[in-house]
Formats: sequence, C-alpha cells, structure tokens
Amino acid sequence: MSADFLYGIEVIINGLMAGVLYALVALGFVLIFKASGIFNYAQGVMALFAALTLVGVMEGQVPFSHVINAVFGTEIHHFGWEVPALLAIFVTLMVMVLFAWLVQQLVFRHLVGQEPIILFMATIGLAYFLEGVGDLMWGSEIKTLALGLPQGGSLVVEDWTAGLGGDDFYGFFIDKLDMVATLVAIVLVAGLIGFAQYTKQGRAMRAVADDHQAALSVGISLNFIWVLVWSLAGLVALVAGVMWGAKSGVQFSLSLIALKALPVLMLGGFTSIPGAIVGGLIIGVGEKLFEYMIGPMVGGATENWFAYVLALIFLVFRPQGLFGEKIIERV
Amino acid sequence: MTTKKLMTASVVALMAATPVMADLVFPSLSYRTGPFAAGGIAFADGYADYFTLLNERDGGIGGVMASVPECETAYNAEKGVECYEATKAEGALVYQPLATSITYQLIPKVEVDGIPLHTMGYGRTSAKNGEVFRHTFNYPVNYWDGASAGVNHFLDLNDGSLEGRKITLLHFNGAYGKEPIPTLEALAEKHGFELTTIAIDYPGQEQKSQWLQIRRERPDYILFWGWGVMNQVAVQEAANIGYPMENFMGIWWSGSENDVLPAGAAADGYKALAFHEMGSDFPVFDDIQTYVVDAGKAAGAGDQIGSVLYNRGLYAAFLAAEAAADAQEATGEPEITAAMMRDAMESLEITAQDMEDAGIPGFGPVFSVTCQNHGGDGLASVAQWDATAQEWSLISDFFPSDGEVVNALIKADSEAFAAENDITPSCD
Repeated sequence: MSADFLYGIEVIINGLMAGVLYALVALGFVLIFKASGIFNYAQGVMALFAALTLVGVMEGQVPFSHVINAVFGTEIHHFGWEVPALLAIFVTLMVMVLFAWLVQQLVFRHLVGQEPIILFMATIGLAYFLEGVGDLMWGSEIKTLALGLPQGGSLVVEDWTAGLGGDDFYGFFIDKLDMVATLVAIVLVAGLIGFAQYTKQGRAMRAVADDHQAALSVGISLNFIWVLVWSLAGLVALVAGVMWGAKSGVQFSLSLIALKALPVLMLGGFTSIPGAIVGGLIIGVGEKLFEYMIGPMVGGATENWFAYVLALIFLVFRPQGLFGEKIIERV
Repeated sequence: MTTKKLMTASVVALMAATPVMADLVFPSLSYRTGPFAAGGIAFADGYADYFTLLNERDGGIGGVMASVPECETAYNAEKGVECYEATKAEGALVYQPLATSITYQLIPKVEVDGIPLHTMGYGRTSAKNGEVFRHTFNYPVNYWDGASAGVNHFLDLNDGSLEGRKITLLHFNGAYGKEPIPTLEALAEKHGFELTTIAIDYPGQEQKSQWLQIRRERPDYILFWGWGVMNQVAVQEAANIGYPMENFMGIWWSGSENDVLPAGAAADGYKALAFHEMGSDFPVFDDIQTYVVDAGKAAGAGDQIGSVLYNRGLYAAFLAAEAAADAQEATGEPEITAAMMRDAMESLEITAQDMEDAGIPGFGPVFSVTCQNHGGDGLASVAQWDATAQEWSLISDFFPSDGEVVNALIKADSEAFAAENDITPSCD
C-alpha cells in the first residue's frame, strides 16, 4: 500500500476521533433542546464552568477567594487540602445539579410559554453570567487538569503499522487521549440511552420530549424533568470539559468548543442523540479529509469553514438534520 | 450678597484659577476577560504595577504622578477602538493596544490625533519606518526581526548553513500569524532552506490536521506564531507526535508559562524568542513587593510577578516612563503633552545604565530610536523552558536580526503604504 493511501486512512481515523469530541459537546445541546425546545447557547460555558469547578475542587481552591480577599483584606486562596479525582468529580456533578436547579427556579420557570427566541436570549445571558461567575469563583489563569489521562500517540499502534507502507510511512498516529475520549463517549451514550429506556425518570423525560401537555396530564412534573435534563447536560458538559481541557489546560477559551458543535447539530439534528454522534463523526472525518486533500491547495486552515459548508449541504437536502424529526405541517 | 457668600465665591474662584498638577496618563487597553484573559492579566498587572511603584517610591515621574486608566478590550478590535476613543481625551500620552488587529485600526487614528502608539513586538512591522508612520513605534523588536532571529538561531545550530533543511512556519491564520511570511520567504531564498507554512484557524483548540501534516513532512525546525489556547494545544500536540522540543520555537507571544505548563514534563526544551529577561531576580521586584504588593496597591493579586508576561508589561511601562522623563527633561515641562511624548520616543535611547538605574540591569537590549528607525536595533534573544524547574531562561545574548533582509522589506512595505495613503515620507 502506498504511504499516501495509508496517511489518508490515518486522517480518517483521527477525523473519527475528533468527531467523537465534537459529538460530546453536541450531546449537551441535544439533551436540552429535545426535552424543552431550548437552544442552550450556554452549553460551551457550562463545559468551561464544570472543568473549572473540577480543577478548583481537586486543588482545594477557595471559591471566590479574590472577592473575599478584596472585601475582607484577607489572604486566603486554598483550603490546604487536595481532593481525590473521583470525589472531586462527584462534587462537581453536585454543583452542576445545583446549577441546573437554580437555572430552572430563577430563569426558565418564569419563561414557560415564551417564544423560542426569548428562551434562546435567556441562554445567551446565562452564558455570559456563568462565565463571569466562573471567573470570580476560580480565577482566569490557565489550570492544569491532573486527572492522569494518557497523552501522546500510541507507540503500540505506531509500531504495529510502521511496516505497512515502506520507508515513507511512519505508522499510524492515534492519540491515546482520543482513544480514552472515544471509550468515555461510548459509555456515556450507552448510559444515556439506557437511562432513557429503562428508568422511570428516563421514560418521563422521553414523554416530556414527545409532548409536554400529554406528559403533564399524566402527572409528570415538568419542573423536575427540566432540572433532570439540565443536570444531564451538566454531566455531558463536565465530560466534554475534561476531555478538551486535558488537551489545552482548563481556560476560558474552552467555552469556544461550542463552535465545533454547531455544524454537528445542523447535520445530525437538534433532537437526536444518535444524530449528534453520527453528525460528529461525519464532520470530523469530512473536515480532516478536506484539509488533507484540498487544504494545501488553498492555503490550509479549512476545517472551521468546511465543517459549516458540509452542514449546510446536508441542511439544504434535509432541514431537520440526518436524524431529526421530520417537519410536517398540515394545512 | 452676604459676606459669607462672597467669601465662598472667592475661595471657589481661587481654586479654579490655581493650576493643578495633572497626572501623566498612560491608558492601558487591557484584556482581563475572555478567551485570552490568561495572557492579558499578567501584562496589565506588570504595566500598572510599575507606574504604581514610580508613584509610591519616587513620587511619580519628574514629580508628576502617573495614572493608568484601564479599559477592557477583551482582545477585540472593535472594543479596542472604543477604548481608544473613550480615553484619548483624558490626556493620553501613549497607547499600547496589545493586539495587532487593534493596532491596524489605530494607526490612522493616532496620525490624526497626534498621540503616539507603541506596539512592542507586535503590530505592523513596517511601522518601523518613522518617516511614514510618524506616530507609531515598535521598538525594540518586531515580527520580522523575530522571524530572522529564529532563523539566525537555527543557523547557529547548523554551523551557519541551512541548505536543504526544512523549516515550517505554523501560524495563526490572521494578520498576526501571516506577518513573518515575507521575511521567511526572503530568508529561505537567501539561505537555501525549504519553507512550508501551515495555518491554524482561530481559536486553535483542534490542531490534529496540522500536526499530522508535520508528522508526515518531518521539518527540521518549526517556527510558531500562535496566541491563546492555540499555544497550549500546539505544545501538547508537538509532544504527542514526539517532535523534538528543542527544534520547536515560538515567537515571544508563544512563550509564556501559560503555554507550557498544561503539557507538563513533555514541554521541556521548548524554545521561544524573547526581547526581555525572565524571572524575578531583579531589584525592581523587591521594590514592587515593598511599595506595591505589600502596600495593597498591586493591580492584581500579586501572584504574576516575575512571569514572562508580567515582565513584558513592566518592560513596556519602563520604556514609556523613560520616554516621559526624557520629554520632561527636553522641554523643561513636568506636564508633558502627547506631542512632547512622541518627540521623546523618537529620540529615545535605552542604555545599560538606564536599566541599571531602574532596577532591571540587562533586562532588555540596548537600543536607540530615530525618526528613520522607530523600531530600535532588532535585537532578540532565545529562551528555553525547563519543565523540572518550571521556569523560562534566556539561553543566548540579545543578538541582531538580518538587517539586510528585514530593512529592505520594511522599506518596500512602508513605501507602498505611503503611496497608497498619499503620504510623503518625511522627518520634518
């Protein structure tokens, strides 16, 4: 096999893995949109906030320490202890559940029945508010996520495949972190599907997603379901924040990962979990292959815009996305 | 009118007539929020703390207190222009816009308003030609000096020859990242190395394609023009593919603690260009601790002191303060104007003694500025990251760029700008 062909395969494999990371972000959008019809602009910031909280808890950082010190003239920054990763993850999840409850109680409960654009505007406000709170709570500096996740290319894969394409082929490069992210995403999606299919709360969540009024009429608490859905979106945000934060450190640009989710949503549909996964994979492979084959001819850096072009093409032929619910309007 | 009212009116009139010593205003177009905050905070702290030190320790500059009104740009060009417009009427003496995109917006404005612009190690490179860009200064170095200094370092490592070598420029896909391309193309022709450019789109969190390409092409050296999260991801990806870190060199905006710490031990050996010293082993930091931090007057939490970007902010403030002092001395006026500041910047000379006196001996290169040369002498250094000690240190002296190549490009570009904008180059 020629080295060029093998490098093409390598690009596809890495595109699939990048797609999984995009899908992780997109999943959070899908969960909330499906259950409440809200396009959650704050999903990227939730990933940032979750990751900031995780690092802050692990390092024993005092929340709002800058504010406390400025007001009271103290010099406290740390509690003096470190929290084990698993416990810190649990605490962070509890913070995200509290956040979900607060969002529901303070914002969306008062906006029931409002136009989708109003709800969308509310999430924009929520995004900037949460970013500010994250800054005040944990500070703006870049933080290292010490979860012990593996980094670097897999030497095993590289060695196994090095002889496939002659001297010009150096073996496949597959990032160990991407492999872990793929496994985590599989477990997460399986867990979400299992939760939705086999638990009472999950079935109630699906019922609300199908028809709010009908669900309400059989005694399902919309308030509880929406808190549940925002909590699940918080869980997804934490996973996405951890995986992306492991690559770059936890910093405020993490919120921009939402940009990577938009074409995935356009392609996969806003209401389908499998759509988010398949959409992520198609965008990941599509943008990487385009960059590999066409990028060098047009100056490179094509991935950002090509992902949207790809999504637009799908949108033209299937406006509801690959797996979205078909739009039928009867006159 | 009663006597009491008359007396009150007299006192008010007297107060209004008495000249009040105005502050020397050095606006800080900072960015403490948004995706680039981690870099902006340290610079802004260093810039503000140095002026606070001068106020607290020396009673200001030439007896006049310095004020540093901050305006948040979030590293956004539109907000940067808004900040400029909002603060220029306060008597601004010099602007440091801290972003190439903001610089390009402000260059025509400062010509009209007569306020000098200092873009230290960023901005429009050809602004070095002061005959065309009368109010813009980019001393002590610019991007083209940086590109040339990087190549000079690689030349040193290869006994003076890069014939047949491959150098890749990995860069932000925007004005800032594309700045060094003309210089590197000219240097590739001169030295016979093969140049490849690979662009990364903003924000640069996903760089797999770029690093797979680097892994396939195996360049001997990589020069890197990145900023923000792009830096951290690039260093991590370089480590992931096993690229030798000592052959990977960033421009000075890709060489702070922020850029290497997330990658941990894997970042060891990564290099970056520099135009000032690293660390806090200078007398000025003791004074800052005493007069600024301990006095509760630090701009931030006081935890950035000695970091690369804090030092850069401090160095920028030092250069501004030196020019302001020169302006006071030249005019005999303690309260200088922006025009006086501009003239002083145009004849600025930074000597070893100046740095010694300021408590930063050998902190930056010795250089001088003239009307024809607003960019100084183009001296840069190379820093390297020690992941074990978790510190940057300079591994070379300040050395010159290739003036023959860089100055020719600056001349051509600035003259083209002058022709496009109907400017007659002049020092009058």
